Amino acid sequence: MTRLVSLLLILFIPVASSARGVYQEPSAFINEVFSDEPPSVKKLWLTGDRKKIATEILGHRPNSLRTRYWGKANRTAWILEEIGKEKPITVGIVVNNNRIERVKVLIFLESRGWEVRHDFFTKQFKDIQLQENKQLNKHIDGISGATLSVRALKKLSRLALYLHMQTAFSHDTP
Amino acid sequence: MKYPNLFTQGVLLSALAASGLAHAAKPAPTLEELWTVIQKQQKQIEQLKAKATATEEKVEATGEILEQQVASNSSGNGFGIGSKTKIGGYGELHYNNLETGAGEDIKEIDLHRFVLFFGHEFNDRIRFVSEFEIEHGGVEADGSPLDGEVEVEQAYVEFDINDELSAKGGVFLLPIGIMNETHEPPTFYGVERNPVENIIIPATWWAGGASISGNFANGISADFAVHSGLKIPTTGGSAYRIRSGRQKISNADANDLAMTGRIKYTGVPGLELAGSVHYQNDISQVSGDGADEATLLEAHAIWNRGPFTAKALYASWDIDGNGIAAANGDKQDGYYVEGSYKLRSDFGIFVRYNDVDGVRTSDEFEQFDVGFNWWPHEDVVVKVDYVDRENDTDSDRDLDGFNVGIGYQF
Repeated sequence: MTRLVSLLLILFIPVASSARGVYQEPSAFINEVFSDEPPSVKKLWLTGDRKKIATEILGHRPNSLRTRYWGKANRTAWILEEIGKEKPITVGIVVNNNRIERVKVLIFLESRGWEVRHDFFTKQFKDIQLQENKQLNKHIDGISGATLSVRALKKLSRLALYLHMQTAFSHDTP
Repeated sequence: MKYPNLFTQGVLLSALAASGLAHAAKPAPTLEELWTVIQKQQKQIEQLKAKATATEEKVEATGEILEQQVASNSSGNGFGIGSKTKIGGYGELHYNNLETGAGEDIKEIDLHRFVLFFGHEFNDRIRFVSEFEIEHGGVEADGSPLDGEVEVEQAYVEFDINDELSAKGGVFLLPIGIMNETHEPPTFYGVERNPVENIIIPATWWAGGASISGNFANGISADFAVHSGLKIPTTGGSAYRIRSGRQKISNADANDLAMTGRIKYTGVPGLELAGSVHYQNDISQVSGDGADEATLLEAHAIWNRGPFTAKALYASWDIDGNGIAAANGDKQDGYYVEGSYKLRSDFGIFVRYNDVDGVRTSDEFEQFDVGFNWWPHEDVVVKVDYVDRENDTDSDRDLDGFNVGIGYQF
């Protein structure tokens, strides 16, 4: 029987056909967030204090000189990337009145830690705010075996909240 | 507008009047002269505005180019972040200060593990993963002074079938237990790994073969693998010892392949429930030698809520064969329960109770561990723990003392 199962398993491998992990294109996420009427894209330069604080939050220098975002009223939407273990995780984050409205994993290419892309994990971030010390004001329960992916999402949420405060769409900048 | 408005004129005249007091000797400029100055300044402002706009455009263009370069580097074949080939690793240095029940001191410093990961992304759906490990500092032919091992614990190619399914072929870690697949030092408490996932589950346990894995939206994942099996000895001091049956994929005997399956549930944040089954038709790969059909059942749970984490694992072998039954090794099992509490984000304490029933006298004991982890960086850990082991039948094999370790991952 082992021989038969082995053969079936080997035959299964060439069925590989589609790329993993693009759950929603970033442009589709932005359209969805702004009900198909997205505002024009804006750019926030990560220089000076912003760069310093973004570096503190990420634990390394930002990979980009500036970050694109979309804003309307008190809401901003961000498409951010952070490496989990080896591959970048692309996350869409909406901040409304300095609170996280939504976190969605858009592209996940890591071979472990896939659980973070599901709603049962990301819904923990709803309504979270940034404290003075740039930490989230609520504990996020982790996922065993997905420590690095969980860590990446927490960092990106902190970064989105901080960057939101740096825009004109934050009416409650501390 | 030919002239500035009246208000502006008034302000200018007031300013000039004030200035005139200080410079009474100079005649006041006429309105025509002032208008000429204002026009000149206006022109300068416009020039500066144009210059600022041009500078902004240049900066934007520079930013675009830099971002394009970063994007193109990400498809390159160099090493590190952004490239298709990745390097990672972990390692741990241990200091053991223990005393046996027979009064023998064990005081050692050991570079227990030095590990490098190499991975390569062939395309979006096919990738290579490897783990190269040197244990106990290295090897020498005569075992002195280097008494370690050089091992390739992972070397497989993984294929994505679709968003939920992937398959791999090569040398990979078996999906059993808590530590076998995730064992980087900053991820667990205790300097040494727990004894259940050493004696009963022979972690790190790797095999050559093929596997298929599925991750589903409800938080359930499943793995199934067909792979090289164990080849446990049936004679000598390590007869019927599970850990001694690892073949390490070095011209491994493949007369009897093994199968491993796992179901895991992680559909609630902080919770992991998993169970594995491992089956091999002949665990010694020699028929009629006293050790035949073998099944390992394993189950574990992890519950993390805020700073608390609780873990429990049970694993049990059921092995047929007259010889192994006579050696009282037909049932080898063990369990542990662990509780930990993070006092700060960088400091946590733990306590663990382990009960192991292996085949050798030295592998039958109860062990109590207590200690702490300090993470000066999220990927660096310093560990201290106290160990108290009581052998089931031979008090000379009792053990107590402390361990200190430092570990890292990147």
